[in-house]
Amino acid sequence: MSSSLYSNSQTRGRWFEYVCLLATWSALFFLAVLLTVILWQGRGNLSMSFLSNFDDRLSPEKAGMLAGLWGSFWLMILTFLISVPVGIGAAIYLEEYSTDSWIARIIQVNLSNLAGVPSIVYGILGLTVFVRMFGIFAKGAIIERMTGNQVEGLFFAFGLNVPLPLGTTVISGALTLSLLVLPVIIVATQEAVRAVPGSIRHAALALGATKWQTIVTLVLPAAMPGIMTGVILSLSRAIGETAPLIMVGASTFLRATPADIEYPHELVTKPRATINAPFDEYTAMPIMVYSWAKQAQREYQGIASAGIIVLVTVLLTMNGLAIYIRNRSQQHLRW
Amino acid sequence: MFPTMTAEKPISLKPQVPLREPSAATDDVQRAIKLETRHLDFYYGNNQALHDISLQIPERSVTAFIGPSGCGKSTFLRTLNRMNDIIEGTRHTGDVLLEGTDIFDPRVDVVALRKRVGMVFQKSTPFPKSIFDNIAYGPRVAGLKDLSRLTEIVESSLKRAALWDEVKDRMRDSAMALSGGQQQRLCIARALATEPDVLLMDEPASALDPASTTRVEDLIFDLKSNYTIVIVTHNMQQAARVSDRTAFFYQGHLVEVGPTQELFTRPKEKQTEDYITGRFG
Amino acid sequence: MQQVLFLCAGLSIVTMAGIVFVLLNESVYSVLGDQAFFQEIPLWKFLTGTRWHWDSGEFGVWPLLTSTLQVALIGGLVSVPLGLCSAIYLSEYATPRTRRVIKPTLELLAGVPTVVYGYFALMFVTPYVLRPLFGLVGLEVGTFNGLAAGIVVGIMITPLVASLSEDAIRSVPQSLREAAYALGSTRFDVSVRVVVPAAFSGIVAACLLAISRAIGETMAVVIAGGQNTPGGGLAINPLREVFTMTSYIVNVSSSDVEAGSMEYKSLYAVGLTLFVITLLMNIVSQWVMRRFREAYQ
Ligand SMILES: Nc1ncnc2c1ncn2[C@@H]1O[C@H](COP(=O)(O)OP(=O)(O)OP(=O)(O)O)[C@@H](O)[C@H]1O
Ligand SMILES: [Mg+2]
Repeated sequence: MSSSLYSNSQTRGRWFEYVCLLATWSALFFLAVLLTVILWQGRGNLSMSFLSNFDDRLSPEKAGMLAGLWGSFWLMILTFLISVPVGIGAAIYLEEYSTDSWIARIIQVNLSNLAGVPSIVYGILGLTVFVRMFGIFAKGAIIERMTGNQVEGLFFAFGLNVPLPLGTTVISGALTLSLLVLPVIIVATQEAVRAVPGSIRHAALALGATKWQTIVTLVLPAAMPGIMTGVILSLSRAIGETAPLIMVGASTFLRATPADIEYPHELVTKPRATINAPFDEYTAMPIMVYSWAKQAQREYQGIASAGIIVLVTVLLTMNGLAIYIRNRSQQHLRW
Repeated sequence: MFPTMTAEKPISLKPQVPLREPSAATDDVQRAIKLETRHLDFYYGNNQALHDISLQIPERSVTAFIGPSGCGKSTFLRTLNRMNDIIEGTRHTGDVLLEGTDIFDPRVDVVALRKRVGMVFQKSTPFPKSIFDNIAYGPRVAGLKDLSRLTEIVESSLKRAALWDEVKDRMRDSAMALSGGQQQRLCIARALATEPDVLLMDEPASALDPASTTRVEDLIFDLKSNYTIVIVTHNMQQAARVSDRTAFFYQGHLVEVGPTQELFTRPKEKQTEDYITGRFG
Repeated sequence: MQQVLFLCAGLSIVTMAGIVFVLLNESVYSVLGDQAFFQEIPLWKFLTGTRWHWDSGEFGVWPLLTSTLQVALIGGLVSVPLGLCSAIYLSEYATPRTRRVIKPTLELLAGVPTVVYGYFALMFVTPYVLRPLFGLVGLEVGTFNGLAAGIVVGIMITPLVASLSEDAIRSVPQSLREAAYALGSTRFDVSVRVVVPAAFSGIVAACLLAISRAIGETMAVVIAGGQNTPGGGLAINPLREVFTMTSYIVNVSSSDVEAGSMEYKSLYAVGLTLFVITLLMNIVSQWVMRRFREAYQ
């Protein structure tokens, strides 16, 4: 059986390659259509006043995103402050201290299960634990029965006022989002820490560094680009999260920013407002998009699209930042 | 605190031929014992890696460990500054004495021990930091903050490691950008900066090209007037070139130890002879 | 210090325990002594009922369940072929340069907030794609429908299917490919007859994970899928409204129901159902993935 070397055995393979190529491109095509449609719809509504106005249900042309921008800003800052230290701490524990103990294995399995829990379930958790605090502070509930009077909050120095239960405040949202992103941050940090070669650690120990010194002076700095990439990516995911925020009571219509801070410089000039902002009501960018998308009038389509453009711009900026950090560190470090 | 550090590099007396005669003359001087192990057994889990090792290492000399792969040279070296503590499931019996003090005594601070017994690894391990920060690492973790002191230490350590001239203009550059040979000398300088008395080196030149190897060997030769040096090597010429005494390990046992020249020319044990003549299975 | 770090790591256990506790507390047994959901509505009625009508006290989960399954199924039908083909393309055909461009772009697709997908489905996919298409055969498409929601959910999880399948395909040893090429196989034969079968369980794990993601997906279905099933019954027709478990939870929590009411408690019962389903799928997926990895080590 002598077949020609020129026979056409590859034709079917060509077809298959084209099908695969088509599949890949169709997903990207979808993305292109999506962005085009949104840009087209939102083009007339993007202006400075869209960024500096509050929402408006009577005259769509006056509606703006200011409250959502500040709400999302506060959410991100607080989520960052809560989840990053805890996430890094957890990853350090798992990678450096608990080599292969049973508890570490359980935590590890649990982490991958947590990562698969739908975000709305985190919303239910946040609603019950942070917003309502199981209703124990409600009128006639257990706290009132035990203490004899209704507790409404804690008052600290500098006029800091923590409501109890936390209610539908920024901090409830941030705590919920923190729990949501923690598994991702922990796993990303673990990978970054694992990528730091053991020889480096041994060399530091041989120089008389303690384990803790080794971690702080060598392992963490070396892992930092990887950690930050993971953190930024998961925060950019969190900034678009809508469902859990609806659950924990972000307002769908609000004409105020947390603690009425409307300009960045007020963060400094109004310190009292700054420390109380986490305990104020809020809305967030994706929530505003959602509530505009639900409006029946046609004008709000453009507004929703404009909102999406702002949201996606913020998101892409964060993603770009993460990619930049990753690439820069890859040039620097080659073990 | 660092008296020897500011001293000028001692004038090297070595002949310039590559295969130099072991310095038999210095060996006649009776030297104090710096490190000593007595009946040391060592286990990885249930796996015994060292059997009843008793060995004395005289101060300010170079002792070479030779032996086939897997015979326990690195394991033994790492017990000398308790680097094996890091590996889980290891244990030992017997004693390791540094100037007569048992280093496994519970009162001994392992961090302090490792400062006095420095270590250089087979693969160079520069930290992803600047050259300066690499050398200053040891003193810094020991709590030294004074920048002028640190600068002094960095300079003198680099000089002792014969690296100063090559890097003095780029102290702020990343150490990762140095060549392999330079990195290894950087690691030696970094170990010297913590002011150790003993320097343990595990195949320090095995990843280097011949020119860099020669530089590291010269360096070892220079350093021994101030430090006690223990070096693991697979290269018998290297052992012959740099060491005063040589110990031969085989399957976790210390087969023979003695002055390098004697061991290479008149080995007492059959196993040693087979190994150094290359007649080894 | 080590204790502090341990607490950080332990927080993940606390979170999981918290989720389980919160869900059980309102739905199965209340620690504070209130009536829990399943103490008022028997579990079997919940699990077998085909009508969800809280006004009349009917809490049969099947309308919600069929809605969820419908969306997940359509999502799977979209994402599995697309994702798998992309994975094969990226790992077997694409040059490293193409891969460097396409992979991050695909990841972008996963990074777009789900609320955007929902809006896009409602404003574009339904009126400008589905309506004209089904109009040709004379079928009417509702403003809210399961199909549009399912399609965008499918696109959304395609990158996940693609990247996990690609990992699986890549872990098939190169030697296996070379052996097949040496026997005179074409690239097509190698991909379809050797690589994909060898990576099969890994790919299954990837699909399971993606579908469990689709089941838990919320905003796209809330916006594009609707807020009720036709007549409160089962969701069969993908061109009509659906009411997924996730939509239901959002719906209840954004209407002013009082804590302690049946609607309020039903939120937890539905949440528990959702949690159990996704958790089981995740566990199975991880188990399959682990078996797969062990096979190639
Ligand atoms: N971390 C470890 N865990 C378990 N066993 C080990 C470990 N390190 C070494 N061993 C075992 O201990 C024995 C001695 O190993 P060691 O590394 O000390 O040999 P070596 O003489 O340095 O070899 P080489 O010349 O190849 O470096 C070997 O049998 C090795 O398998
Ligand atoms: Mg060794």
